[in-house]
Amino acid sequence: MENQSCVKIINEWDIVAARQLGRNVAKDLGFGTVDQARITTAISELARNIYLYAGQGQVCIEKIYDGGKAGLQILAADSGPGISDLRQVMEDGYSTSGGLGAGLPGVKRLMDEFVIDSEPGKGTDIKATKWLR
Amino acid sequence: MRSPRIPILKLHNCLLVSIQWELDDKTALQFQEDLLNKIHVTSANGVVIDLTSIDFIDSFIAKVLGDVIDMSKLMGAKVVITGIQPAVAITLIELGIGLNDVLTAIDLEKGLEKLQQELGE
Ligand SMILES: Nc1ncnc2c1ncn2[C@@H]1O[C@H](COP(=O)(O)OP(=O)(O)OP(=O)(O)O)[C@@H](O)[C@H]1O
Ligand SMILES: [Mg+2]
Repeated sequence: MENQSCVKIINEWDIVAARQLGRNVAKDLGFGTVDQARITTAISELARNIYLYAGQGQVCIEKIYDGGKAGLQILAADSGPGISDLRQVMEDGYSTSGGLGAGLPGVKRLMDEFVIDSEPGKGTDIKATKWLR
Repeated sequence: MRSPRIPILKLHNCLLVSIQWELDDKTALQFQEDLLNKIHVTSANGVVIDLTSIDFIDSFIAKVLGDVIDMSKLMGAKVVITGIQPAVAITLIELGIGLNDVLTAIDLEKGLEKLQQELGE
């Protein structure tokens, strides 16, 4: 298996495909059931955000190695409208779509590392990592 | 590609739902509608939704579940959620979703007992 696999997010079914890919890679790396659920949930949130707010984009799952540690990295990228106030979208309960507003702050808590990079009009890149302990 | 609908069984005055496969968004919304229709048609006053086979719940599915519980209540039916796995409980809390006022039980059998108590029967 390649170190990185990607799923294009175009319709709702691609959200299912992305989280199944993530779960398989997480299992393969040896993550336990709780971390598998965290990773699957995080991918589902990011993929759905792409589908809802950017229309389309891509989610890549990568096995990463740093010294002795192994981890799983989720890269969610789109060329959608971008986010103008990054602090606001990280607040629990903030949603522009009538959702729970739990997605982005939730992903940050579920994963070990979380980086969001967005420019209005250009798109959004999110990188989230979980390390194997 | 399309998942089959989630079956809803009737047992006396209650409805039983056991979700057996991963929910995609459309199936979840279809289930919401199907359950409310079934409550209407059968005049059921209790529902048990068993999640034993579900290994993750994201914010969308949590919202659909929370909404269907509120909608059922509006129609006069109480809902008990059963069989939430440890990994699901942990991720839901980390997402910031407590499903606070929701009735829960460890398994289907306990769920039915709880429902009978709640309904005073
Ligand atoms: N990829 C994206 N492109 C543009 N805007 C985004 C993107 N992802 C999130 N947002 C914005 O950030 C807000 C917060 O996102 P978050 O996922 O936290 O909550 P939500 O999607 O509204 O609800 P939930 O995820 O709980 O169903 C969204 O309402 C949306 O306005
Ligand atoms: Mg979201």
